[in-house]
Amino acid sequence: MTARTASFPGAGALRETGRLFALGLDVLVNIFRRPFQTREFVQQCWFIASVTILPTALVAIPFGAIVALQLGTLIVQLGAQSFTGAASVLAIIQQAAPLVTALLVAGAGGSAICADIGSRTIREEIDAMEVLGVSPVQRLVVPRVLAAMLVAVLLNGLVSVVGVMGGYFFNVVLQGGTPGAYLASFSALAQLPDLWISEIKALIFGFIAGVVAAYRGLNPKGGPKGVGDAVNQSVVITFLLLFFVNFVLTAVYLQVVPAKGS
Amino acid sequence: MGAEVVVEGLTKSFGNQAIWRDVTLTLPPGEVSVMLGPSGTGKSVFLKSMIGLLKPDRGRCLVNGVDIVTCSERQLYETRKLFGVLFQDGALFGSMNLFDNVAFPLREHTRKSEAEIRRIVLEKLDLTGLQGAEKKLPGEISGGMRKRAGLARALVLNPEIILCDEPDSGLDPVRTAYLSQLLIDLNAQIDATILIVTHNINLARTVPDNLGMLFRRELVMFGPREVLLTSDEPVVEQFLNGRRRGPIGMSEEKDAAQMAEEEAHAAAGHSDGSSAEDVRGVVPQLEPTPGLPERQAVRRRKDRVMSVLRSLPSAAQEGIIASLTPDEQARYQVTAQPTPYPRVESISGDLGDPAWPGVRP
Repeated sequence: MTARTASFPGAGALRETGRLFALGLDVLVNIFRRPFQTREFVQQCWFIASVTILPTALVAIPFGAIVALQLGTLIVQLGAQSFTGAASVLAIIQQAAPLVTALLVAGAGGSAICADIGSRTIREEIDAMEVLGVSPVQRLVVPRVLAAMLVAVLLNGLVSVVGVMGGYFFNVVLQGGTPGAYLASFSALAQLPDLWISEIKALIFGFIAGVVAAYRGLNPKGGPKGVGDAVNQSVVITFLLLFFVNFVLTAVYLQVVPAKGS
Repeated sequence: MGAEVVVEGLTKSFGNQAIWRDVTLTLPPGEVSVMLGPSGTGKSVFLKSMIGLLKPDRGRCLVNGVDIVTCSERQLYETRKLFGVLFQDGALFGSMNLFDNVAFPLREHTRKSEAEIRRIVLEKLDLTGLQGAEKKLPGEISGGMRKRAGLARALVLNPEIILCDEPDSGLDPVRTAYLSQLLIDLNAQIDATILIVTHNINLARTVPDNLGMLFRRELVMFGPREVLLTSDEPVVEQFLNGRRRGPIGMSEEKDAAQMAEEEAHAAAGHSDGSSAEDVRGVVPQLEPTPGLPERQAVRRRKDRVMSVLRSLPSAAQEGIIASLTPDEQARYQVTAQPTPYPRVESISGDLGDPAWPGVRP
């Protein structure tokens, strides 16, 4: 019955990964456990939204702009000016919007979640909650993860709109593109599934950001400094995971959904 | 009556570092037990293992027949509702005021009306001397108040088992005395099993029915208070008297050279940090406040102790017999003169399991 701990190179990393997935599963199971913490959920939504809306909008404008500028020059060289709008819409909705959203949800929302749960852990509040027979996962983690997911999905819409508008502005005003051509080509390449995958990505990224933040927060190492380190790690780990998951999702999407017109 | 907690062969280590090995003891239902031990011997870890917050490497911890170590999560959460736990720093929820903190278990686990919750919470806050502070946040009050609020929260569901992690740390001697009295009064009223982890000698001498000590990665002893209070074990003697001379060092263990040096200093007349008198010996136990019901546990324990009297060390036997009233001495048919074999054959009533796991005479 002795608890064995394997010790080979990389065992620690595997163990952490396993625990992270275990927490993810716990969260999924506990989402359906009553009573749902509505109050906490609404508060967390409000909190995450309030810290992410402005930075997201501010990031989205230049993001739309660089996509528009880069594509604009490239497409002029190729002689397909009329497709500038189509290309930038595709780039922004499929890739830029979910990533920008997730980075900000992880960076602003996730770090706050991690710091909050981490300080509760070192003050033994989490232990106390467990001893009182209340599951911290159900009570604290689930509302936060759900809030991160919801806010990510909503922000994704915001980034798409702001990004496309930014792209339009820079293309039309600065590069002398034709407004009509830009708007008319919107639906030349983009299709409805692009919007779906964008929102699905945002949903999954929000989940990852929430779970990683909660996981690092529940397991800080050694006192207040540990909480600081945990916040730092949670952001870095989330970013790494986001780009990897984004790569996988994009690859799968491009295989499964045929490009328009083909 | 409170629940019985049986700990068998519990072993815990962090990495390669063993915290304690093969701890075996029984907290008799409804009795107050104290676990002593120098700082850093894993007393808090022991408490946390008992409630399943930490997973021991080996062993069992049975609460009402449920093994905390191996049971399912659902069972664990159910069993934990029997516990009231006072953490070292109170462990209050920082985002809630004291009232909401104390009301939290009631709102989570009962369907009581808000008015009823209010009545219970105010009663518990009153009990712990916090009336008027219910609107304060945990960050705005002193450590002692946090501790008392933590106790109020631990008591609010009328637990069957109360675990206190150093209830006296951060409290002045007077408040500690009040807290000790509060715990004894509680035990008289709800007959809960209580385990207090502490290194306060005064509390250990006057409050518990049973006393244990953790040192050097194992349970030195656990048994009726008289056994430890009269023990000749060097560790126990040193700890009770709070002096430097003895096996306990600044770091947990002490080497022979340092021990010899300290002996030499003491022989040369340098004080070893203790008062001259030996505080060992059986002192009268704290009684419930007059007007409260008698503690059921005292009678149960007396019967049990008397049934195993002969197996206890002679110093403990003397202490126990001396603490009995003449009536009781007659009832148990023992005399104050220490005889090598006190006659205890004719005790009446059901004595239950006479074994005292963990006693090492």
